[in-house]
Amino acid sequence: MSRESRPVGAVAAKGWFASHQWLLLRRLTQLSVLACFLVGPMFGVWIIRGDMAASRLLDTVPLTDPFILLQSMMAGQTPAANALTGGLIVAVFYLLVGGRAYCAWVCPVNMVTDLAAWLRRRFAIKEGGQYDTSGRYWLLAMMLLLALFFSMVVWELVNPVTMLSRGLLFGMGIGWVVIVAVFLFDLIVAKHGWCGHICPVGAFYSLLALVSPVRVRAAGRRNCTNCLECFAVCPEPQVIAPALRGEAAGRGVVILSPNCTNCGRCIDVCAERVFAFGTRFKNRQPLTVRD
Amino acid sequence: MNEQCNKDKMGTTRRRFLLDSAKTACGVALFGLGVGMYGFRQATASVIYAIRPPGALDGVKFLAACLRCGQCVRACPYKALRLATPAEEAVTGTPYFIARQIPCELCENRPCVKACPSGALDPQLTDIYKARMGLAVLIDQETCLNYQGLRCDVCYRNCPLLDKAITLDAQHNRRSGKHTMFLPKVHSAHCTGCGKCEKACVLEKSAIRVVPIELAKGELGHHYRLGWEEKSKAGASLIPEQMDLPDRLPEFESPGVKELLP
Repeated sequence: MSRESRPVGAVAAKGWFASHQWLLLRRLTQLSVLACFLVGPMFGVWIIRGDMAASRLLDTVPLTDPFILLQSMMAGQTPAANALTGGLIVAVFYLLVGGRAYCAWVCPVNMVTDLAAWLRRRFAIKEGGQYDTSGRYWLLAMMLLLALFFSMVVWELVNPVTMLSRGLLFGMGIGWVVIVAVFLFDLIVAKHGWCGHICPVGAFYSLLALVSPVRVRAAGRRNCTNCLECFAVCPEPQVIAPALRGEAAGRGVVILSPNCTNCGRCIDVCAERVFAFGTRFKNRQPLTVRD
Repeated sequence: MNEQCNKDKMGTTRRRFLLDSAKTACGVALFGLGVGMYGFRQATASVIYAIRPPGALDGVKFLAACLRCGQCVRACPYKALRLATPAEEAVTGTPYFIARQIPCELCENRPCVKACPSGALDPQLTDIYKARMGLAVLIDQETCLNYQGLRCDVCYRNCPLLDKAITLDAQHNRRSGKHTMFLPKVHSAHCTGCGKCEKACVLEKSAIRVVPIELAKGELGHHYRLGWEEKSKAGASLIPEQMDLPDRLPEFESPGVKELLP
């Protein structure tokens, strides 16, 4: 077994809770979002109506998934003011907190693919080759073109992301098969296969992250001991190196790649407290003091 | 020497890059083609089979507008609406209802239409009786009890637009020779497609069913003019008087027929 899944070093250095805090907070957020949707139909307490595609918060604030809205507009629909307002609210929110924070903190598929990734680490499953991570952008472009071409929202016919978020709230039906397929794909065929390579929803949200102020910073990069725990646990490991190892090349400490999901697992697993949440500003000044 | 080496390396990297890109592009194209074809098939089939909520835009327009959010489903007080899961007859995630299970109760305050954020359920539908979710069709005359000469009338009595959307047409019962049959007849000018008739039908399987209008309606040739309508519009016949041919009575003349005719 080459790489332990549990951050033994971090647990020893910081304690179990501190080395799992972002993970716990994330799971709590994911489940709370689902719970908010479910207490309405189950107990008649209507916090939010609808699902993650579009909803109404406290019967007043409209929320719309900007990607689905965009697909609908590409298909030739002039969006109603309600849907458009909701789309803007959600887009601005993720523009601020990091586009793919949606992937790490809200999307329920994250729990499925995280489980697959955890099992891969736990049982040292190495199957699956290296694939191009840009495929998702091609797919994103293709789905928007298909919407234009067929005059309907094409991606939503097969989208496992909305299939799961909607299914958990309205009934999955045979949709479970699709989710199991995504899980097995991640477990056996490709590491981080779905979220890291294919999912056009994540690709869309990553575009919002291009300017997001909230970013992870490798401010303590001079303390890095090259234990590689962060690379092992990161769902998008290619985003870490430029910030963590870029000092010699004159790169800043902020993880700028829009594919960083702001999940904060690197912060958890690092025994040396190299990473922390921060902003994308003041990128040029490393904040640590040399020993 | 060194330069040559670098050149080779660059050559391989470039080749590698081009191959990788080609691989990705091919994969994405194949995947997209599959999704596109599946989607197109599913969509065209579902436009035919799904009975949509009141005010739903027509066919593929609905599939462009609907965000699959289920707010109409949550708003429906009778829990008639549902979102389709992948194996159901409607497009995945879109709302529809199965009239035989729970029909539309035609709420006059239109909660589903008001809940829709996207306009897929047209907010311009203000009169619920103008909804055209589908069209009831008496699909099986061989089992319909009224067609057997019985007075079931349940579909007719359950219709929210009694005597408008469904009427009973009196006809002579040739089997008994002395009774009247009251045949349910649906009028598309009034039928909303709510499905209360389909739900109420007393048979094991309903003889009257709500069918998407696309399937239920014929379409007259656009050049056709119905003489009697044109006549009443113009106030007089549009064509000169025709030769009056002798009228012939039906061959099954039997006592009672004439009394039944209006």
